[in-house]
This record gives sequence, structure tokens and C-alpha cells, in this order.
Amino acid sequence: MTPEDEQIIRARQKSRSLITGLILGFLAILFFAITLAKIGASHSI
Amino acid sequence: MTTATMTSSTPITAHWRDFLALTKPRVMTLVVFIGLCGLLAAPGHIHPVLAFTAILCIALGAGAAASLNQWYEADIDAKMKRTANRPLPAGRMDRVSALHFGVGLSFFSVILMGMATNWLAAAILAVSILFYVFVYTIWLKPRTAQNIVIGGAAGAFPPVIGWAAVTGDVAALPVALFMLVFFWTPPHFWALALFAKPDYAAAGIPMLPVVSGEVATRRQIWLYTAIMAVAAMAPVLLSLTGLIYGTVALLGTTLFAFFAFQVYCRRETDPTRMAPERRLFKYSILYLFLLFGAVVADRWILA
Repeated sequence: MTPEDEQIIRARQKSRSLITGLILGFLAILFFAITLAKIGASHSI
Repeated sequence: MTTATMTSSTPITAHWRDFLALTKPRVMTLVVFIGLCGLLAAPGHIHPVLAFTAILCIALGAGAAASLNQWYEADIDAKMKRTANRPLPAGRMDRVSALHFGVGLSFFSVILMGMATNWLAAAILAVSILFYVFVYTIWLKPRTAQNIVIGGAAGAFPPVIGWAAVTGDVAALPVALFMLVFFWTPPHFWALALFAKPDYAAAGIPMLPVVSGEVATRRQIWLYTAIMAVAAMAPVLLSLTGLIYGTVALLGTTLFAFFAFQVYCRRETDPTRMAPERRLFKYSILYLFLLFGAVVADRWILA
């Protein structure tokens, strides 16, 4: 593997980690919102 | 997708954009839209967060099915000009990553749908993914020219899923919308198959123009357009929808039939001179957007 190849792989890994982090953050917020919606629905019954 | 290139001995580390490309985002747009329309047309109330989650799950399920389709068809895609630049045939991603991504996304979308809305919607979502992957991609597509007729059912599920997410059951209107998409699929895909025939022939896929010829395909397009027209008008005739849908369906279907009739009458065999066939293909997409939009308009404006 040449230094250029390694640089490309590192850059891709970094961008994939960033996107994964963003998706996980989004899912944490979404699951919290789903929980609130479900609690709200069960209270209104 | 990425501008940087690597030497052939380098282990493949796919870019995140390649994973996105694996989900066929453009196809997903129509799937998400008809799923959203099914959800908005359903009677009853659903919390906006849960409605958003249901649509997200439909999108993820469609993305999962598309990923598994590309995982299975990587060799075929490499032979077709239209698909040769997809992440797998272009060598930007290894097949195992695509398989893991597709399977993981399938489970995640179905489980999230079940937890957020109800398990009927989740079950229909699971059936649609399994149908697309096993019945269409693996079984029918490489074997029969009727592949997209039966396989079209996979793409017809989203309005039923959207409806079920709200009501927890399946009624006459979502079934009618299912039938509309089901009978819309053959003329839509065969219009594409007419001008993409050399690609399909090169890849050995038995699409109708390759197996039965272009004249037979043009006749089948016209035949299925007639059946689709009945399916398009059925919601009005059964009083499941109102005046807005009735008007849009009548005008939209008349124009569809006009374009389909033009295609039926032609005998052009050169794909570069198939403007009416391309027009029918493009219009068929707009047609579905219009009719499903009208279903929602009926429910929200007239109700």
C-alpha cells in the first residue's frame, strides 16, 4: 500500500466515522421523540 | 462516485456516498412519496413523529431491498452501460459490505416500524423486502419475461404500508392503490426496456423485448395500459375517492393512454430514435406522482 493509498483510506474512514456519528446522534433524538410520542398517546387513552 | 482512485492491490474501503448510492435514492423518491400518500390518505390520527418514522422505515426498507438487489446482480450490472458505474461493478465496494449493509438495514427498518407504529405495517414491509429480493431479483428476473409483471408487486406495497401504519389494518383504498401501481409497472418498465434492449440483451436478462421482440412488447404495453386505466378509475367508481382524484385520474390516464398508443403504433427499432418511448417512461413517473397526490388532496381538501 502506497502512502497515497493510505491517505485515501484514512480520509474515507474519517468521513464514514463522521457520518456514522451523525446517524447515531439522529437516531438517539428520534428514539427519544418516539418515546415521548408513545407516552403521550398512552396518557391520552 | 469518489474522485480519488487507488491501486488494484489496495483493500477496498468504500466511501459513505457509495453506501448511499447502493440504496438507489432516485427510485426511493417515488416509493417514499406513494408510501407518504398512503399514510396521509388513511383515516384516523398518527403522531407526526411516528408518521415521520413510518416513512423513514419505508425509505430504509426500499434502500435495503435495492442494496441486496445490487449485491446479487453485481455481475449483471457490470455488463450493462446503464448500471456499470454502480459501486459494486465499478469496484468501489466489496460484495460482503453490500450484503451486510442490506441485511442490517432490512432488519433495522422492519423492527423500527414495528416498535414505532404497529406490527402489521412491519410485516407488510418485511414481505415487500423479501418479495423484491427473493421473488423478483433472485427467482423471476433472470428466468422469465414476465419478471416485472409479478415482481411489480414489491413496488406496490408502500401505500398499503403507509395506510397500515396509521390504521393498523388494510382497507379497500390501499388495495386499490396497490392494484394501480401493480398494473402501472409493466408499461412503465417495458417502455424503458424498449430503449434499453441492447443493455438487457448484453446482460442476458430475459426482458420482454429481448425474448418476444419489440412488436409484442409494444402490444403488451398497450394491453397493460388498458388494465391500468381500469385500476386507476376503480377508486372513483367504488366511491373510495372524490372529485379531485376522479378528474386527475381521468385526464392523467387519457394522456398516458395517448402516449402508450403512440408507442404501440410505432415500429422503430433503433434505441437512439425512441423519443416517444422515453416520453412514455418519463410521463409514467409523473403520472403516479399526480394520481397519488390527488388521493391525498381528496382526503385533505374535500374532507
